[in-house]
Amino acid sequence: MSSKPPIIEAKGLSKRFVKRLDLAAKVAVRLGSSMVEETVHAVDSVDLKLETGEVVGLVGESGCGKSTLGRMIAGLLPPSQGQVFYKGRDRAALDGEAAKAARLAVQMIFQDPYASLNPRARVESIIGEAPLVHRLTTRGEMPAYVDEVLARVGLSPDFKRRYPHQFSGGQRSRIGIARALAVKPEFLVCDEAIAALDVSIQAQVINLFMDLREAYNLTYLFISHDLGVVQHIADRIAIMYLGRVVEMARTEHLFAAPNHPYARALLAEVPRVGRTKRVFQPVKGEIPSPLDPPSGCHFHPRCPMTFERCRHEAPRLREIAPGRHSACHLNDAV
Amino acid sequence: MNSGATLEVEDLKTHFFTKAGVVKAVDGVSFAVRKGEILGLVGESGSGKSITGFSILGLLDPPGRIVSGAIRFKGRDLAKLSDEEMRSLRGNRIAMIFQDPMMTLNPVLRVDTQMVEAVLAHQKVSKTEALRLARDALALVGIPAPERRLRSYPHELSGGMRQRVAIAIAFINKPDLIIADEPTTALDVTIQAQILYEAQELCRKTGTAMVWITHDLAVISALADRIVVMYAGRIVEAGLADDVISRPLHPYTDGLLGSVPTRNQRGQRLTQIPGMTPSLLNLPIGCAFSTRCPRAAAECSKEQAVREVMPGRRVRCCRPLMAEEVA
Repeated sequence: MSSKPPIIEAKGLSKRFVKRLDLAAKVAVRLGSSMVEETVHAVDSVDLKLETGEVVGLVGESGCGKSTLGRMIAGLLPPSQGQVFYKGRDRAALDGEAAKAARLAVQMIFQDPYASLNPRARVESIIGEAPLVHRLTTRGEMPAYVDEVLARVGLSPDFKRRYPHQFSGGQRSRIGIARALAVKPEFLVCDEAIAALDVSIQAQVINLFMDLREAYNLTYLFISHDLGVVQHIADRIAIMYLGRVVEMARTEHLFAAPNHPYARALLAEVPRVGRTKRVFQPVKGEIPSPLDPPSGCHFHPRCPMTFERCRHEAPRLREIAPGRHSACHLNDAV
Repeated sequence: MNSGATLEVEDLKTHFFTKAGVVKAVDGVSFAVRKGEILGLVGESGSGKSITGFSILGLLDPPGRIVSGAIRFKGRDLAKLSDEEMRSLRGNRIAMIFQDPMMTLNPVLRVDTQMVEAVLAHQKVSKTEALRLARDALALVGIPAPERRLRSYPHELSGGMRQRVAIAIAFINKPDLIIADEPTTALDVTIQAQILYEAQELCRKTGTAMVWITHDLAVISALADRIVVMYAGRIVEAGLADDVISRPLHPYTDGLLGSVPTRNQRGQRLTQIPGMTPSLLNLPIGCAFSTRCPRAAAECSKEQAVREVMPGRRVRCCRPLMAEEVA
């Protein structure tokens, strides 16, 4: 790998959501009630590095903090702790033009193609507004600029006078992608960007993502709960469980031999076409509440191989083979 | 057709009479489900798969109604029953599981109240006995500490837990038929696997027939005995799950299977079906899929009939993929 700094690097990134006590609760505490502020550790000191041109899949079940992590990396949520580096420079320390460039370089594509487009704006202004504000185009050249961006995502330029409600789900997600592309980003955070689409449309949009990556040397952080899709598109995969990354590896290595027991369970559950008539062997239990996560390793109450140490000590994510990270005490035992 | 089937749907047509015109949401659908069998009803949004389910249960709202066809449940035609007779069957002999469990559960009532109500509406048992049945049903779907869960309200339960309660309610009167409309779509993979496991077990144990409506080919290939694929209100292909998945005959089924990422080589372009699902108000003449079909020819603009190419294997296509072409 070159000595160039990674395009995006997260170091010790954490996000805590605190539910503050309201007035009534404060009074109750004065009177001797034992109410305390509730804290959710949505993301718990995550390190993640993305090289230019790479696709990293971020996988986990609902409530594992994958979207929160994505939003922090996209710069939409301020982290409670930790830093995000853009090309080796701390993004929080940048100012002026440099800060603006760093913000424009990282764009986000949202899950819901219905809720993420302004229903009262025409496609032309949805896509053209940001480049205009950032002086990537002028008011006179804007229509031509929008035409070009629409063509890139496979939509006809005739659509630009229309409103979002006049489009199907697949077309809307293309508009969402076009909006992100319009400011010439280098890095896209795709948060469940294809989850709401039908299978045949999903395939079209996945192909579009792969074409765009090739054409513009884009880097993706691809957040999804669908392991099948992530396996197809990602070079590397990070698996999260209750706010922590439990395993990170190259896609082919991960699928060949998952190391962490949670990764093994998750991969075993991926329904696959062709694996006809199988008997489902589920992992026991459900994801515990992030308000009150289990002590030690968060996965220990559901883990088939749990032992004493798992209950007290949280395993650290460490390199178990080149390019391969896992957070499990079992790797120390041997 | 096998007369021993629990459910036989024959040439069902459910149309919606809207201002913009007649929407033929279900247009001549026929299939049968036997005791203990799981039938997968596969299609994308707008294919009419959910409306087929609603038609069977008599849950259609105007402007939709069943125009013609028969829905025979153990020999009785459901389409001809009165509301009263239908109500005595629904929740008793035929149950439905919805995508969103909160469509089944009442948010202001405790789980035990709702489950006991479901039992007492159809069985002559005491309240204590009903409560015991409710507890057993919860245990059957794998809910830990069922006694405690009975006293909870739906909002105190997680999504996976609620869906299990909804499934427990569907199974509580030991129905002969369950219609499940995308019951695991909103759930996480590990929870989905648990629910699929319970559903499989229950059908095997109780002999309940099940129609599992889904858009997810991966789930259905692992779960169902037979598969029916729908497109634009019609069945385009039907057969044993293994056959349909490994040797699709209709170009649409083939396209759908090609669109699923796991079947393709990693990092390569997915085979995609061009275009999008046509509006039901404005279907192409002849085969509704012809405008997106890679094999379309002049003969496709004629009305396509369903052909039985092998026993139990039906396809609605004049140019199907034949076995030798699907290497």
